[in-house]
Amino acid sequence: MSKHQSDKQRWLETAYKDARERPVRFSTVSDLGIDALYTPEDATGGYEESIGYPGEYPYTRGPYGSMYRGRLWTMRQFAGFGLAEDTNARFHFLLAQGQDGLSTAFDMPTLMGYDADHQRAQGEVGREGVSVTSIDDMMRLFDRIPLDKVTTSMTVNCSASVLLAMYLVVAERNGVPWEKVGGTIQNDMLKEFIAQKEWICPPAPSLRVVTDMIEFCAKKAPRWHAVSISGYHIREAGSTAVQELAFTIADGICYVEDAMKRGLNVDDFAPRLSFFWNIHNDFLEEVAKLRAARRMWARLMKERFGAKSPRSMTLRCHAQTAGASLTAQQPLNNIVRVAIQALAGVMGGVQSLHTNSMDETLALPTEQAVMVALRTQQIIAEETGVTNTIDPLGGSYAIEALTDRMEREAMEYIRRIDEMGGMLRAIETGYPQREIAESAFHYQRQLERGEKSVVGVNKYHVPEEIPIETLKIDPVLEERQIQRVRKMKRERNSVAVREALTRVREACRSGENLMEPICEAVRRNVTVGEVSDVFREEFGVYTDPGWI
Amino acid sequence: MAEKRLRIIVAKPGLDGHDRGAKIIARALRDAGFEVIYTGLHQTPEMVAEAAVQEDADAVGLSVLSGAHMTLFPEIIRLLKERGAGDVVLFGGGIIPEEDAKKLKEMGVKEVFTPGASTEDIVKWVRENVHPRD
Repeated sequence: MSKHQSDKQRWLETAYKDARERPVRFSTVSDLGIDALYTPEDATGGYEESIGYPGEYPYTRGPYGSMYRGRLWTMRQFAGFGLAEDTNARFHFLLAQGQDGLSTAFDMPTLMGYDADHQRAQGEVGREGVSVTSIDDMMRLFDRIPLDKVTTSMTVNCSASVLLAMYLVVAERNGVPWEKVGGTIQNDMLKEFIAQKEWICPPAPSLRVVTDMIEFCAKKAPRWHAVSISGYHIREAGSTAVQELAFTIADGICYVEDAMKRGLNVDDFAPRLSFFWNIHNDFLEEVAKLRAARRMWARLMKERFGAKSPRSMTLRCHAQTAGASLTAQQPLNNIVRVAIQALAGVMGGVQSLHTNSMDETLALPTEQAVMVALRTQQIIAEETGVTNTIDPLGGSYAIEALTDRMEREAMEYIRRIDEMGGMLRAIETGYPQREIAESAFHYQRQLERGEKSVVGVNKYHVPEEIPIETLKIDPVLEERQIQRVRKMKRERNSVAVREALTRVREACRSGENLMEPICEAVRRNVTVGEVSDVFREEFGVYTDPGWI
Repeated sequence: MAEKRLRIIVAKPGLDGHDRGAKIIARALRDAGFEVIYTGLHQTPEMVAEAAVQEDADAVGLSVLSGAHMTLFPEIIRLLKERGAGDVVLFGGGIIPEEDAKKLKEMGVKEVFTPGASTEDIVKWVRENVHPRD
């Protein structure tokens, strides 16, 4: 060891010393300083205990034994806009193009627990995603989709309990038993307070609803992932890669602790916890992050929580290329960014991937742009050859050194959060929120001083640009959806609705698991907004402290 | 007599939670010496107009990334006029297509910044275009 140490030092002081170096700071996009060279001396752990084999503890090289030689990742493009039938048509288009799973984007009112006909929904219905107010919309959204064969991901958080209930009731009405329904609901409320900022109630009752769903799924819908612990939004809000890693794993720790506090056995629910990462521009940093995440989770689950089942220790994840890395300027360049990011995701061993479309900084993607994004994944899978061997970058001195360092720095954050009393408490005091705002501001400053480059924005700028075709959402859709919702509300059995809402309210108060009462409410045409209103009345409303 | 410090409200109307830009702008304006009030997320047009009047703001910067700008901006303009504060300088930013930005300017939004605008440009623009009211 000492010989290596002196060798690298010797090389730095001789051959490298007089070599020319460009006058820039060599650091990742997260501003993590990078050495000129990595050598065996930079690896801190031994092969067996730190790297090991795919499908074996500590899973650094992959959660499954055969990885992409056994099965490619799931190509899952996020889609949703307008009315339920518009998104249903996009789903059928994507499945026809060879996509294997669905991923649903809901509009802001649905995500925030408002019906389409609510005052606060004005101007937002069907804009950023599909509008779903009641079970009728959900039936249209999944029309002619075989729910026992296709897995679905639903990106929804504070109103997730209602949307999951709706999905299960759609399955029920189509004769598919809940045990056969597979998919994921994002439902990660902790990161909402940290980053994405979609909430109804304060953090503590929000966590209670998440844990209700974890418990319910473990018992009633065993193929469903009740929470997708998400770093994606933390990164989009401006965190560094290490902060994304640290805060996401800390969120995971909080969910595990809360479920165990309820008396659940860790091995009964942990195998269904999944993760969702951001894949940004810095290729090596992203590959290292994914490898570090798997190792950290395995070690925490085994050592801290005493998990026995390997399924509890393996971190399986979806990833999405970084939306915030795309530029409105020269949008075709985004195709290249997405391709490199997607390659990093694959080299990092993700189980499922969404590639952004080149036009997403301007509007929701057009069909053509989505096609290029999906083809990007197919080209990586079918043409590049990177799927032939498992974890092809494992053993690279740089990758292993970065993996070790990211784990170390993220664990330091987790130690600090533990000292604060855990993530729930840290969020209540605004700790992760402030850390992220600080990083976002630091990066913006670096960009403006020219220390970090974005091609087409602060470098290689062209004054005249030809606008590309973007998707337009017809404002008439909003009115049509409002009329539909009003008609449904007039025609349903209002006594049955009131009874169902009373049951939900009682469960809020008694601590009974909320999911059964919500499923029953959904069957009776109770809406997203009505259940959310019960939450507002029973649990209180959270307002943004507006930390800057 | 010392020049009056400009008071600027940075507001996030609508339901989306994309506050990275709003916070960076708020902080850059504050660092540039302006008095900045950040409203926090999920404001209704009424809340924004009310804050502008209550705080006697010289300008209001709106950040919208949900696509609802063509509903929210005009409503805020209307409410400001209704409250006798039609002279408050309104500017904004977000995911706003060129043609919408043009329409918003015709309605009275003084400037619309789109992705890639630097905080330096925005600070400079505020210095040149916002003046103390009354």
